[in-house]
Amino acid sequence: MSTILERPQNKTEIKRSGGMGAVLRRNGWTLGLIGILAALFVVARLINPNYGPPGIQGLAISVLPLAFAAVAQAIAVIARGIDLSVGSMMALTSVVAATLMDERSEGFAVVVVIGVILLGFILGVINGSLIVITRVPDIVVTLAMLFVWAGAALLVLNTPGGGSAEWLRNLTLGSFLNQWIPKAALVLFVVVAVIWIPIRRSRLGLSLYAIGSDPLAAYRSGVSVNRTKILAYGLTGLFSAIAGLTLTASTGIGTPVPGPYTLMSVAAVVLGGVSLAGGKGGMLGPIIAVVILSLLRAIMTFLGVDTNLATVAQGLILVGVVMVSSLLQLRRQKV
Amino acid sequence: MTTTTTDFLLEATDVAKTYGAVVALKSASLQVRPGEAHALMGANGAGKSTLVKILTGAVRPDSGTITVRDQIRTAHSPAEARRGGLVSVYQEPALIPDLDVADNLRLTDTPLDRFTHWVGELGLDSLDLSAMARSLPLATLRIIDLARALAIEPDVLMLDEMTAALPANLTERVLEVVYNRRGGDSSIIFISHRMAEIASVCDRATVLREGVTVGVVDVTPDSANQIVELMLGESVADMPERELQTSAKRTSEAPRLEVEDLGSGTRLKDVSFQIQPGEVLGVVALEGQGQDELFDILSGSEHPTGGSIAVNGSEVHFRHPADAIRAGLVFVPADRAEALLMQRSVRENIAVPFSARIAKWGPILQRREKPKVDRAVERLQIDTRAQNEVRFLSGGNQQKVTIARWVAGGIQTMLCFDPTRGIDIRTKHQIYLLLRDLAEAGAAILLYTSDLSEIQLACDRAIVIFGGEVVAEIDAADADEAALLRAAHNLGSEDRLPEEIVAEEVEEAQAHGIKIGEEEE
Repeated sequence: MSTILERPQNKTEIKRSGGMGAVLRRNGWTLGLIGILAALFVVARLINPNYGPPGIQGLAISVLPLAFAAVAQAIAVIARGIDLSVGSMMALTSVVAATLMDERSEGFAVVVVIGVILLGFILGVINGSLIVITRVPDIVVTLAMLFVWAGAALLVLNTPGGGSAEWLRNLTLGSFLNQWIPKAALVLFVVVAVIWIPIRRSRLGLSLYAIGSDPLAAYRSGVSVNRTKILAYGLTGLFSAIAGLTLTASTGIGTPVPGPYTLMSVAAVVLGGVSLAGGKGGMLGPIIAVVILSLLRAIMTFLGVDTNLATVAQGLILVGVVMVSSLLQLRRQKV
Repeated sequence: MTTTTTDFLLEATDVAKTYGAVVALKSASLQVRPGEAHALMGANGAGKSTLVKILTGAVRPDSGTITVRDQIRTAHSPAEARRGGLVSVYQEPALIPDLDVADNLRLTDTPLDRFTHWVGELGLDSLDLSAMARSLPLATLRIIDLARALAIEPDVLMLDEMTAALPANLTERVLEVVYNRRGGDSSIIFISHRMAEIASVCDRATVLREGVTVGVVDVTPDSANQIVELMLGESVADMPERELQTSAKRTSEAPRLEVEDLGSGTRLKDVSFQIQPGEVLGVVALEGQGQDELFDILSGSEHPTGGSIAVNGSEVHFRHPADAIRAGLVFVPADRAEALLMQRSVRENIAVPFSARIAKWGPILQRREKPKVDRAVERLQIDTRAQNEVRFLSGGNQQKVTIARWVAGGIQTMLCFDPTRGIDIRTKHQIYLLLRDLAEAGAAILLYTSDLSEIQLACDRAIVIFGGEVVAEIDAADADEAALLRAAHNLGSEDRLPEEIVAEEVEEAQAHGIKIGEEEE
């Protein structure tokens, strides 16, 4: 090692992309989910030949709150967190929106919608800040905040009530251009795309995945781990507020008691290919997972399966799918 | 830029840091001149890593000042230090496992053209920017990490045990880059336990002992002894290098471990060897030649696709590491985190493997456990000041705990995979001595090492693996670094050539060596 010699510069071959194969491999899970979804549609049509545009529109509207909740949860989970207060934040933002919009002008409702989305962001930032400042685990802090936000919702409105602007209600009703494209689905994709894609492409997006994947390496790469975590929860709050608004929009009132959205959102995130260990997954997977879970229920209803039994079946399917996925991953590692 | 009032680019004065009761740094000082490669030396827990963390803003000092180009600076985060021109390449690569290489570069705003230039300089043959960092071998990650740091063109670049996990060929390229950067406007702080590397590339060395700067030495070919003395203080006496001479007594007993035609897919082919009780068998290989698979199979975490393993003459099949342990094959990995329960105490860590054996069910008898644990701690001279949680121990002490776990229960066959990686000289020697002792007492030891000088220090003979096959078997007496390096590149064993010609040949083979390794993946 004491002899240092001059040596000609050697050429390093730099590959910039892995080509089609790599793209497929990376999105394999989402593609699989799309396949399952397509198969389920076929099954639904076979069992119930009348299952057409109205059914799909109804499905789209009914999955909307959970789909946004799943997106909200996915962001927290990608950043190696979990937010148990998603359902409570939905309830709080929903009643705030319904109370403020009740018997007010359509134009004022626009201000309310923007304000409520901001409110959601602030609720999330409070969650995130508490986690960062107290260093209490995410699951404990958000469990506590579940009660805080749920209580706050009841303080705002202690029985279901309030109202919704007409334009907001119409936003998700009916179809767009073609009867097979429900407006609700369009709203979902446009809203998620407009907010998420710019973030995903930005440094913040990279940082979210970075702190989820390896917080220490992220810190050493110059990422502000704390700030990113707070912003992650802020975004979770923001999407929870949008989910809350869709609740108000679809029912026309605000309901202060949180629905089963929190745990369903975790289920959708897991089924959607987002790793609970953080750092992996996207938004499309959880959204498709939500649609799959709802469509499964619809199919079981067509078949006349007891609703309680349908819930059991849903749980078993969840376990089964996740199990198959880990087996497939193990297989891939071995080869 | 010119320095005005002093000659130093970076100056740290009287830096102190305590963690609870543990004093990591008492009074450390460091002065780095522009354009020099400056070695930072010290035994385990002397405070090198803490000083680097303070310089890069990852840890805040309790007291002391740091000036860069004569301006007092306190960085509060690695990002801030990076903007101020201080960049560190850590022992564990700072790449995000779930992002691809391109995204990792974007995260640190690395200029791509300069990055690719450095990747080339550092001798990587090919790099797929869309590959997930998780899927790349450790050596590649370290090279990427270094190229990324170089591309930012920092004023001061800190390399913490940069060469520890690198195969010989890449190590040489890294040293060359360090060497060639001297004399410019920027400096390098170089941390390594390998004295030869310090001697070949560094201008000066600052030596730390127990958190205090005890000396600054101009590095010359003869300064190694001086540095070692400073590192170890009065207690040095003489390093037990001579008494480590291998006993090389071959017993006529039946082999403890017999491996025949072992294979694993395309990565390991027809590997056969035997180890007798009382023997230390070295394994030498460049990065990724199948040694990982060999050790994984022998320790029971992977299944072979062919061949057989026999322990004490009877054939065994491992389905699980527990099977291997039951058959007396215990594993010491390079990565301490793989073996230890980082948040549990030294005692529990040592007791876990054998407690599980002496008391299958029911409560663990502390009474029976304690003497064995104490004996193991004493025998390995483990520093137990921070014994309540293993993660607070220094790297060398952690590695001793991983060995102590097995020593406490009695050892038959020990598989050591680069156990001295990133460990200081004194602890390294303690580990060699221990391995010899265990062998004297009848244990059989298989030792893979990336530090070629270890073969003569600790082994009786060595096998060399290349492209998944055993290409040479060398007696310790003939296993000097040059011979091993040639064999590791599969150069055959012609008569020894003059120094320069050897170097040239080795280089040529390196270019081939890497290519062959990568194509096979």
